[in-house]
Amino acid sequence: MPPRTPKISKEQKLQMYHDLVLTRALDDRAQALYRQGKITGGLFSSLGQEAISIGAAHALEKEDYVAPMIRNSGVVLVRGHTARDIMTQYFARATSPTGGKDNSQHFGDVERTGVVSCISMLATLVPVMAGMALGARLKGETRVAMTFIGDGALSVGDFYEGMNFAAIQNLPLVVIIENNGYAYSTPTETQTLPKNLVDKGLAFGIKGKVGDGNDVTEVYRLTRQAVDAARAGKGPQLLEFKTFRIRGHAVHDPAEYVPPSVLESWKKKDPIERFETEFTEAERADVRSKVDETVEDAVRFADESPWPEGAEALRGVFEDDSIVPYTPWWEK
Amino acid sequence: MAEITYLDAITKALGDEMERDPSVFLMGEDIGSYGGAFRVTKGLQERFGAERVIDTPIAEEAFVGAAIGASYVGMRPVVEFQFIDFIACAFDMIVNFAGTSRYRWGQGVPITMRGPWGGAVRGGPFHSRNPEMWFAHSPGIKVVAPSTPTDALGLMRACIRDNDPCLFLEHKYLYRRIKEVVPQEDYIIPIGKAKVVEEGDDLTIVTYGMMVHRCLEVVKDLDASIEVIDLRSIYPLDREAIVQSVQKTSKLLVVHEDTRTGGIAGEISATINEEAFEYLSAPVIRVTAPDTPVPYSAPMEDFFLVQPDEIAKAAKKLLAY
Repeated sequence: MPPRTPKISKEQKLQMYHDLVLTRALDDRAQALYRQGKITGGLFSSLGQEAISIGAAHALEKEDYVAPMIRNSGVVLVRGHTARDIMTQYFARATSPTGGKDNSQHFGDVERTGVVSCISMLATLVPVMAGMALGARLKGETRVAMTFIGDGALSVGDFYEGMNFAAIQNLPLVVIIENNGYAYSTPTETQTLPKNLVDKGLAFGIKGKVGDGNDVTEVYRLTRQAVDAARAGKGPQLLEFKTFRIRGHAVHDPAEYVPPSVLESWKKKDPIERFETEFTEAERADVRSKVDETVEDAVRFADESPWPEGAEALRGVFEDDSIVPYTPWWEK
Repeated sequence: MAEITYLDAITKALGDEMERDPSVFLMGEDIGSYGGAFRVTKGLQERFGAERVIDTPIAEEAFVGAAIGASYVGMRPVVEFQFIDFIACAFDMIVNFAGTSRYRWGQGVPITMRGPWGGAVRGGPFHSRNPEMWFAHSPGIKVVAPSTPTDALGLMRACIRDNDPCLFLEHKYLYRRIKEVVPQEDYIIPIGKAKVVEEGDDLTIVTYGMMVHRCLEVVKDLDASIEVIDLRSIYPLDREAIVQSVQKTSKLLVVHEDTRTGGIAGEISATINEEAFEYLSAPVIRVTAPDTPVPYSAPMEDFFLVQPDEIAKAAKKLLAY
């Protein structure tokens, strides 16, 4: 018998559509701002794979924990972070969630949104999120912990250590493999041999599922089943969603290594275009105008925000700032 | 009041803290019913259950990562490395995840990482290391290294109650060799505070860990007034205590078991150069292990480790200035 698939209300679908469009609009705008020299540093795009972030994040409950990776900015929007949070991070301003200490998707708020900040070292979130589920269980709570991992990051040992730990401890951890075809310039078939990456779960006794990552309702349904199973005590869950990275690894990368025919075939499967047939022209226009307003506000707010003070760099390493030695002896 | 060993003091600290605070729990390899390779956690799983004394797979990166995650939801995990050498397997999780978390996004990481450290037990290259400076040099990690049961108990309590990641180094040579009566009250030894273990006016010796005992042995036989400072914490470093002592004695010898290049002696020497240069009447001297892996065979390990006669020779050289 196939597992029961949860129904999605019209209202929730409209919210998902909004979240998809907002994610893409912020992404597009950031690309333009980068070209204008308004934002610097690494800029990573989720273009074409937004459905995974949005569908998966919608499958969580408020009390759950989630750790997005670099291409999952949609997740933080669903969890209650704002477009201003995302834009001020890119602008590196004092008003950003990290106050300018870290860039892009490296922020979170455990208390308020349940979002955990990623670091650049891939797969580290798998053990960390297992630990959040473990910590919650020790406190007598059942909270699902979710994170995302790419086809490239699956080669990192932390994935195996973390999944095995979660399996042994029977933790409510949901790991979503985002197979977007390339890890920087390395195609998946040069990275690893299995056709379905989810098969790696067999090493931990986990039978995962594969889905269409460019279909937001399928992502939602499969993730919801996994989240429900994890919450019901069935241990860690592994899902693989197939998608494609439409832009390069980061903004500097023209991705000339991607065969044009492959790129074109994936562009035809655009997750927003496929989903928006469910809505009337009026509904779509309404969402788009709301999103435009949100993006304009976020860019204006970020652009007008103050830079952090240089000496702010000294604060926040430890709870007690006085620990970090800095003042030269002749100024003491 | 009975004497307890250095090892007993650590076991006591872990048990006391678990009793006092339900958010404290332990993870590590073979720490449950087996009690750990050195039996530091012996009896704790019986007392607190398998939920709070967790045997993990052989996966240091995983159990440190899980400790970080658990700390994010309000727990205070203590993880054991079977030998501290294996902390290298969790290096990424410690320096990149734990060490930067508070700084980057305000999320503190109240975890304690502990394990048997140091040489003199013929452990060879992978069961004898001194990894303190890997972490002292990595912003966001506190590093402590007690030399007595009293300090081990008080520093372990301090680490567990601290809201930042702490590395607690337990000298395995001292585990069962050092005994004393420890205070009965619920005291802590503050992290970042050195201790003057022997007062003197002619020379300051700064050291920590097993070398504290070697230095005290040497000082006993020297006809001079020598001040011995036990750092107890490597990071934060108690620069003030060292500077104050050197201002009094005008001579400094730093002794450590760790290898030379990048050892804490270099940082201490630089601090004295900056902050007490005018007080010096002799160059700062350091006595350390050479820059090699820890050799296995007894004659070579003894050669590698700082011996009392080397300390005495350096002290006499300074006293002669």
